[in-house]
Amino acid sequence: MTISADSYSQTPRGWYKRNEIAITPWLFLAPGVLFFVVYVIAPIWQSFGMSLYDWNGLGDIDTNGTYVGLENYNKLFGLNGERADRNFQISLWNNLKWLVLYLLAIPLGLFIALFLNQSVRGIRLYKSLFFFPFVISQVVVGLVFSWFYLPNNGLFTIMTGWFGFEISGGVLGNPNTATYGIIAAGLWPQTAYCMILYLTGLNAVDPEQVEAARLDGAKGRKMLWYVILPQLKPATFIAFVVTIIGALRSFDLVSIMTGGGPFGSTRVLSYYVFEKSLSERGLQYGYAAAVAVVLFMIMLVFISYFLWSMYKDERGARS
Amino acid sequence: MFPTPVQKSSPAVRVGYQAFLPLALFLWLLPLIAVMIFSIKPDVDFTTGNYWGWPSSFEGFTNYGLVFFESAMPRYLLNSVLITVPTVIGTVALACMTGFALGVYKFKGNLLIFFMFIAGNFVPFQILMVPVRDLTVDMGLYNTKTGLVLFHIAFQTGFATLFMRNFIRALPFPLIEAARVEGVAEWRIFVYVVLPLMKPAIAAMAVLIFTFIWNDYFWAVVLTQGPESQPVTAGITSFNAQYRAAYHLMSAGSIVAALPPVLMFFLMQKHFIAGLTLGAVK
Repeated sequence: MTISADSYSQTPRGWYKRNEIAITPWLFLAPGVLFFVVYVIAPIWQSFGMSLYDWNGLGDIDTNGTYVGLENYNKLFGLNGERADRNFQISLWNNLKWLVLYLLAIPLGLFIALFLNQSVRGIRLYKSLFFFPFVISQVVVGLVFSWFYLPNNGLFTIMTGWFGFEISGGVLGNPNTATYGIIAAGLWPQTAYCMILYLTGLNAVDPEQVEAARLDGAKGRKMLWYVILPQLKPATFIAFVVTIIGALRSFDLVSIMTGGGPFGSTRVLSYYVFEKSLSERGLQYGYAAAVAVVLFMIMLVFISYFLWSMYKDERGARS
Repeated sequence: MFPTPVQKSSPAVRVGYQAFLPLALFLWLLPLIAVMIFSIKPDVDFTTGNYWGWPSSFEGFTNYGLVFFESAMPRYLLNSVLITVPTVIGTVALACMTGFALGVYKFKGNLLIFFMFIAGNFVPFQILMVPVRDLTVDMGLYNTKTGLVLFHIAFQTGFATLFMRNFIRALPFPLIEAARVEGVAEWRIFVYVVLPLMKPAIAAMAVLIFTFIWNDYFWAVVLTQGPESQPVTAGITSFNAQYRAAYHLMSAGSIVAALPPVLMFFLMQKHFIAGLTLGAVK
């Protein structure tokens, strides 16, 4: 380093040359940051602003919209003498179901990963075939599962029929079961994703520690809990991050499988935002933006946690 | 290795494991197997209620022929390619640069910008929906592939930057220092020193983003309409509306739509998994 410092001071150079190391990162960042700010960061603020207006989406929001302050939020939560929006409550409640049940993908993925973590012939092919559902579009997953759930002719309906269960209207036609049916469809690819994370994690488990624990008599569940899982912590963290995000992004499956129905029982916040603005039943852009803000705030809790964990890692890596 | 290798277990366990594997796989992939069988069934099977049984005749050629020659499917597929490929190129180009800037240089705000990319990447799409749509309309790009591509590039740059930056961080820094001592210009260090080392990262990002964008449905619905610019995911749903209850045709269409990412995954499996499991191992 000292040599280069000397050589810099000896030769007089232009302004750019002298500041090259300070300027270069900004030049390299400029296009990416510009794109990202225009398309991602700024729209978040615009949606915040939009949520304070009553606007049908036509023309310009400043001329055609009316500023209503927190009125949209009052309507959502039933504050200030407004009646709480029933559909919003349903969506919120369904999002909670998604969040909790989607997390099942983590233990399920771990279970399949443990099952497949062997070195028998052809196991590589098995691993990739088990991963398959993740590669396929959610649109296709949604279509296939809705055929499984068809009333009368769906495979699921036929199979539950063997055990004497009958869900009136079919899984997706019945308000009591429809959301669970969609979540089950979503769990399929998500479990595959968690599985691949754990398979990679298991690959990196320190064999010496496992052998040492084995000599100490650790086996089965104890070994898993005290020796293996602590080493899988990074994989579990990523699995948690992607599963939470997946749960809150549950738009495609709802849209394909039920379109929010029956009787609006499968709405989630992400779908409700779309319904209130871009669908033919919508055109309440300000109100939809308020719903989007609520969804964003829920996500923000998790984002803050993720960033905080990463920040701790970064600091740990530097010291 | 955990769990204990089956080779060390009794022969009964070993044989049992080997026998159970294909059965488990069959059950796991049952939905996919079902669509494949659906796609070669004749129409009459669905009217007679033979949904899940063996096809009464093989109609694969008829069904796929219809999808390829008499529907808008090829159009949608072409759109998907024309949306996905530019997005992959654009995102990788931008993210190589941002990743280089954030991974190599120490400057004020480095971590802040990095975290902005990560946080933005986790944001729910719906909070961007109306502003991005309005922006796209204002630019005259509503219902064009370009409009969709521009947004995808911007959004995917967040995730790709995270990946590239961490990858560059793990490269041997003395290499860059050595080049600096030699007096190599910074942009030349990027092009001739760092970029060649980033090939595996670029491959991983390319396959992942290809898959994500190919499978995108939400933005396709928000920013486009109609067969002139909609990708295949959105096309499938209009296909669905056109051939309502024609399960054999919908299945054939779905398989055609799902095939490119599946092929991509099989051809580039190592890179694909490396990209997805980034950070799963420390």
